[in-house]
Amino acid sequence: MHKNRLNDVAVGKTANILRLESPSDIRRRLLDIGCTEGTPVTCLFTGPSGEPRAYCIRGAIMALRKEDAKTIIVDQI
Amino acid sequence: MYNRTIALAGNPNVGKSTVFNCLTGLTQHTGNWPGKTVDIAQGMAVIGDTKFTVVDLPGSYSLLSHSTEEEIARDFICFGKPDVVVVVCDASCLERNMNLVLQVIEVHPKTLVCVNLMDEAKKKRITVDLNLLSTLLHTPVCGCTARSRQGIDSLLEKLSWLTNSDITTSDTLRISYSDKVESAIAMVEPAISDAAREAGLPSRWVALRLIEGDHSILDSLQRYSGINPLAVKDALRDAKKELSENGISEDILIDMIVKSIYRLSNQICAAAVRFENAEYNRRQLRIDRLLTSRKTGILCMLLLLALVFWITIVGANKPSDFLYSLFGRVEIWLTMGCQAIGFPDWLQGILIMGAYRVTAWVVAVMLPPMAIFFPLFTLLEDVGYLPRIAFNLDRSFQRCGACGKQALTMSLGFGCNACGVTGCRIIDSKRERLIAILTNNFVPCNGRFPLLMIIPMMFFITDGMHPALSAILPTLCLTGLILLGVAMTFFSSKLLSKTLLKGQPSSFTLELPPFRKPQIVSVIVRSMLDRTFFVLRRAVAVAFPAGALIWALSNITAGGDSLLLHMTRFLDPAGRFLGMDGVILSAFILGFPANEIVLPIALMAYVANGTLTDLPSIIELKAILTQNGWTMVTALCTILFSLMHWPCSTTCLTIRKETGSTGWTMVAFMLPTVMGVTICALVAMVLRALI
Repeated sequence: MHKNRLNDVAVGKTANILRLESPSDIRRRLLDIGCTEGTPVTCLFTGPSGEPRAYCIRGAIMALRKEDAKTIIVDQI
Repeated sequence: MYNRTIALAGNPNVGKSTVFNCLTGLTQHTGNWPGKTVDIAQGMAVIGDTKFTVVDLPGSYSLLSHSTEEEIARDFICFGKPDVVVVVCDASCLERNMNLVLQVIEVHPKTLVCVNLMDEAKKKRITVDLNLLSTLLHTPVCGCTARSRQGIDSLLEKLSWLTNSDITTSDTLRISYSDKVESAIAMVEPAISDAAREAGLPSRWVALRLIEGDHSILDSLQRYSGINPLAVKDALRDAKKELSENGISEDILIDMIVKSIYRLSNQICAAAVRFENAEYNRRQLRIDRLLTSRKTGILCMLLLLALVFWITIVGANKPSDFLYSLFGRVEIWLTMGCQAIGFPDWLQGILIMGAYRVTAWVVAVMLPPMAIFFPLFTLLEDVGYLPRIAFNLDRSFQRCGACGKQALTMSLGFGCNACGVTGCRIIDSKRERLIAILTNNFVPCNGRFPLLMIIPMMFFITDGMHPALSAILPTLCLTGLILLGVAMTFFSSKLLSKTLLKGQPSSFTLELPPFRKPQIVSVIVRSMLDRTFFVLRRAVAVAFPAGALIWALSNITAGGDSLLLHMTRFLDPAGRFLGMDGVILSAFILGFPANEIVLPIALMAYVANGTLTDLPSIIELKAILTQNGWTMVTALCTILFSLMHWPCSTTCLTIRKETGSTGWTMVAFMLPTVMGVTICALVAMVLRALI
């Protein structure tokens, strides 16, 4: 089954989180800011070199690096 | 008068400090929370017949993680025994804020929810039903816009009420977890219920923390109350065994717990919060895209930087001149006074021509630029621009093995390197924090600005130019120098992460708060009191004795020549090797206590009898320097060395305090010095060969 990761989501598009495959240190942090199963996340804009990316998560704008966004499995809308 | 304590908690960027200021006014001070080396702001508020101590906890997303902020917040709420906890929330972002609110309610029965930034929510057409929220949470809720003091009365009223009420844990909201988790809780709870009660904590909450793998709770409990560790460990082991038999590892357990909290948060917010317009603010998004795009992001940063410096240079000119002449007049009165009292010449010399003159010079040169720069910088901070800088530079920092938050500590270093070093606490990873600390000195602090501004001004300014125009070239120079400092920061960060501080870049999340209108008056007052006067006071405290010392060194003779002359002659070969001369090098060395005094010391040494004759103007300064052999090479190398040399004594002490290691402090001392020496020697050699 083709896995969609958060860093694949294009600017302006929204996706729902399916699960986290992140290592424990970043996992806690991601959960705390609201990256739980079923949460919709929208990619808003990127940095000058394409990374990091700013995402709208539960009403707040959070910047995530590519390595960390890669660990969030989403279901593309 | 009753004495009570309020703890102020909340996510970062929700306006917690504004609420804190509303409650405490100017009675705040920062202090140490015992056991941790992080400063916590405290203040006083009087409501009715009760005197409240308000403690501003660090912003945190939850109480469950193990970062420093979260631990401090958690420990204070659990063991600091506040009478009430106020959780400040962002009305536009309630779902995520609810995470912390629910966690706090779980552990402290008297929780007041303060929904702030109501005006922003209104603009985004988000309505919050505060009464319904209060009913669902079983706890008082008030709404406010702290920035304009709206709703603060309601906050004070509810605070009073809550403090005097006798709500207990059994009255508050209970988060229910999934069956397996609940049965695990039931297994552990009996073993710790007595100890938890003694410590004043809800036993259910303690049981859950233990199951989750938080051992610090066990240690804290042992310290605060009698507990049978063996019984607890047995119960825990059984609970964990049952959980793993059901396929629930620690990671999955944490997932489940957070999910349960968010599920409740969703339910509550779905009922109490209404979005009329599901889109985020379009205009802010457009601005953000402009500030971070490939074409315009970096350009905007450079332009803003140049603009800040240009305003500082232009604005500081007249006030500096005014202070010069003012201090000159005061000096005449002081001299007359001293003569009238009958002070001996040497005492007059050391006090007025040494100490007073250098101090006056430092104040006249430093105060106006600082009084402009710091408010401008604080303005950028309040508006919310700084995280965008960190966002833009993160990739570059990542490539150097460091953290994007270093951009923020670098910005702090512009004001004062010691403050920049302290600010490195925001970096979680120890390795990356060290890199940020060790490289902070490459960003010139306010104390170095005068030298970095005056020298280019001397060599580029001409008499007839319009002041605004003649400030453009020095602005470009200063901006260019800053960029060089930033480039050196990247270079040395990369060097460190490949040699002494090897490791992988850590993960981090950076919140980009919405752009907010800054409170101008509050910005000016705060930046003046906290930053400008603080740094100035330190500069004066150093300048006074330094001036006295220099006068002494240049008037005490040994073998026919003054001590100062001996020193400068001795250092002359080394100085010339670096493209400077003995006087400049001595000035840098004697300027170890504070960078502000380097230029005055050099000038005093040049003017043979060791005094600054009548606080000179720029033209006179240039004449003094060229008479003493200054060329463009000298100017260039002096500027470069000012950018890259050892940190001042205050910064060194701060580094020692923050790192706890003399070894790393030595590295911090040597790193910029070695860079500076190498580059200056190279530049001197190359330029001399060419010219």
